[in-house]
Amino acid sequence: MSAHHPAVPVGGKLFNTATFVCAVLVMAMVAILLVRFLFGLGAVTNLNDGYPWGIWVVVDVIIGSAFACGGFSVAMLVYIFNKGRYHPLVRPALLASLFGYTLAGVGVLFDLGRWWNFWHIFSPAHANPNSVMFEVAVCISAYIVVMWIEFSPVFLEKWGFKVQKQKLEKVLFIFIALGTLLPMMHQSSLGTLIVVMGPQISPLWQTPVVPLLYLLSAITIGYGVVLFESCVAASAYRREIEVPLLEPMAKVMLGTLALYLVVRVGDLVMRGALGHAFVPSLEAFCFWLEMACFVLPFLLVGSTAARRNPAKLFLAGVAIMVAGVLLRINGFLIGYDTGLGVDHGWNYFPSIAEMMVTIGMFAIEVLGYIIITRRYPVLPRDAAPAAH
Amino acid sequence: MNKGESMAKQHLISLEEDPRIDAAATRLEMTRREFLQFCAALAATLGLPQGADAAVAEAIATKKRPSVIWLHFQECTGCTESMLRAEHPTLEKLILDIISLDYHETLFAAAGHQVEAARHEAMKANKGKYILVIEGAIPTRDNGIYCKVGGKTAIELTKECAADAAAVIAIGSCASWGGMPSTDPNPTGASGVAQVLGKPVITIPGCPPNPYNFLSVVAQYLTFGTLPAVDNLGRPKFAYSRLIHENCERRPHFDAGRFAMDFGDEGHRKGYCLYKLGCKGPETYANCPTIQFGDVGAGTWPVACGHPCIGCTEQGIGFTKPIHAMAKMKNIEPSAFLPRIVEEKGVGATLGSAAVLAAVAGAAAGAGAMVARNLGLSHKAEEMERAKQNPQKDSAEA
Repeated sequence: MSAHHPAVPVGGKLFNTATFVCAVLVMAMVAILLVRFLFGLGAVTNLNDGYPWGIWVVVDVIIGSAFACGGFSVAMLVYIFNKGRYHPLVRPALLASLFGYTLAGVGVLFDLGRWWNFWHIFSPAHANPNSVMFEVAVCISAYIVVMWIEFSPVFLEKWGFKVQKQKLEKVLFIFIALGTLLPMMHQSSLGTLIVVMGPQISPLWQTPVVPLLYLLSAITIGYGVVLFESCVAASAYRREIEVPLLEPMAKVMLGTLALYLVVRVGDLVMRGALGHAFVPSLEAFCFWLEMACFVLPFLLVGSTAARRNPAKLFLAGVAIMVAGVLLRINGFLIGYDTGLGVDHGWNYFPSIAEMMVTIGMFAIEVLGYIIITRRYPVLPRDAAPAAH
Repeated sequence: MNKGESMAKQHLISLEEDPRIDAAATRLEMTRREFLQFCAALAATLGLPQGADAAVAEAIATKKRPSVIWLHFQECTGCTESMLRAEHPTLEKLILDIISLDYHETLFAAAGHQVEAARHEAMKANKGKYILVIEGAIPTRDNGIYCKVGGKTAIELTKECAADAAAVIAIGSCASWGGMPSTDPNPTGASGVAQVLGKPVITIPGCPPNPYNFLSVVAQYLTFGTLPAVDNLGRPKFAYSRLIHENCERRPHFDAGRFAMDFGDEGHRKGYCLYKLGCKGPETYANCPTIQFGDVGAGTWPVACGHPCIGCTEQGIGFTKPIHAMAKMKNIEPSAFLPRIVEEKGVGATLGSAAVLAAVAGAAAGAGAMVARNLGLSHKAEEMERAKQNPQKDSAEA
């Protein structure tokens, strides 16, 4: 997979403060989920008839899978636009994606009221192929499988299955192709979920082009996540930052971001929905916050010199991730009014238990990333030795 | 019933001037109108066609009263009491008037051998024509020694009196299948009349049964000489062919999912469905919701009063199933996932949840700032080093 830039395990201790804190958070999550599966959603969440989707869907699944687009965005750059120099970024990005998507897939289960019926969506007798949820569920499930196959050379390398690895690499292009197709399908379908909610969503986020917006933002977030993850990994493992790779990639990110902003603002203007942004309301405030975060990367890494500064690359990555979070939370929760402006009083704020589960999900990702990068060949060989 | 149809030409109006009706009304200490209304009510309860009310009135006014022998076994006399204590002004008089009650242990002034002699006399005089009414369960264990009257066990008395009876009516749940005395562990082997006689009899279950259901059977026998059609448990179909649930006045609440959840809660006070308090209406056949109970006007039957039906007319339900236990739906089983009528609209941010979110956001922002600062510092150091090596000024910002 990465013949030119051999990847090696980082090494070092698995038990340290970071992994310990993550493990404690994960255990807290498991305890809460036990209560949830025994006594139902109402026992732990603040979900209600007006807000049947809380942060478990919006953050764990919708935002979680958008954060996991790093693998898809980089793979697209490397394999479709044939920019082989980004290859060292593929494995770490794919690892983050692998965790993000697998947990998003599992996270859906937490939010299913009758979770024991989860298999219905895969059963032709039960499934409704005309449903956008069906598209999302099947596509994400397929992508999770594809991604594990895409990532499996790492394990085969580690465990010494050389023959199998060679055989797999011959057909790997099929999975890589699928791995770029599938996320494009379901990231746009996640936007379609907004479309089907109709007038319950504020006009600032309800638009026929929302699938395109979600796809473009997911690709942009993918690059943002790679920036973030490379900087954090370099900082935590005291490694050299791949600035020569991240600098042009940040430029690509700005390109997709510009495209996103053109579509976003153009759509608002053409639909005449921009007026809603100038009403003194929580929705308008959150809209401007979201737009500010989307514009921020231009100010941070607009120049080549700025793009050489890892601190600015990191902040740009964070800004684009926050922007993606806000786009999704605004669409699904802040700009969502189940009462259609008539039935007032519906309210939702995540309970502590709900937040602990979401935090636990992210803790699993961090923990898994640390364990796998320390023990398996994911990150490119670094000139500087591992610090600890 | 066929006879009823042939009499359908007769009209109640035609009896307006009939001196026999006036005589009967005077005899019963009723006004003429009250008497006719009562007869019409009986005919309606039986589900008889128009015109039958006149036939019933005529029959009650003129026909020879049938002889009735009324036996009491294992019971509380509640069935008799409910007939006698009914609030309808002259009901107790009617009972005694439309039938010739020749033997009734509760109502007889006489006692001992005198009473037993009266029973034998009535049975002899009306052989094959008298109606035998049995109230109370019949103990069968140890040869039935747990209930004896005049030295004879309940089994012996039942068989003796039933031998020459024109009809046998088991009144109340005890006589119908054993009722309350047959509740587990049933120490006396309490059984119903049909079980002891080994043949079907007319049963009027209920605890107590509605007096009209009994009177209607007697009135039909008196008027047409026939007995009403019965179901496989011997219950007259006119009274026991519908579930209480089907005609219940609270049924719309059931269909809309409005349930009383506790005695005295808001739903209970508003008259919502009592299903979730254990109402057995959905599995109990009786006409309580249509003819009501206690004879004091509208809204006077257990469910209307706010108490769930206990299923007293239904073997295996009344006195068997706990009162609070949910009924097994005989028609449509409602989903356990039915939503409540008024759903909570959710809670906003609490101090704790807002604090946790703020703490997480703060920790993330702090960590981000630290990472950015460290990256910036190392970048600055690199730039300075590069500037030392390369005198040409690098305009890059720190």
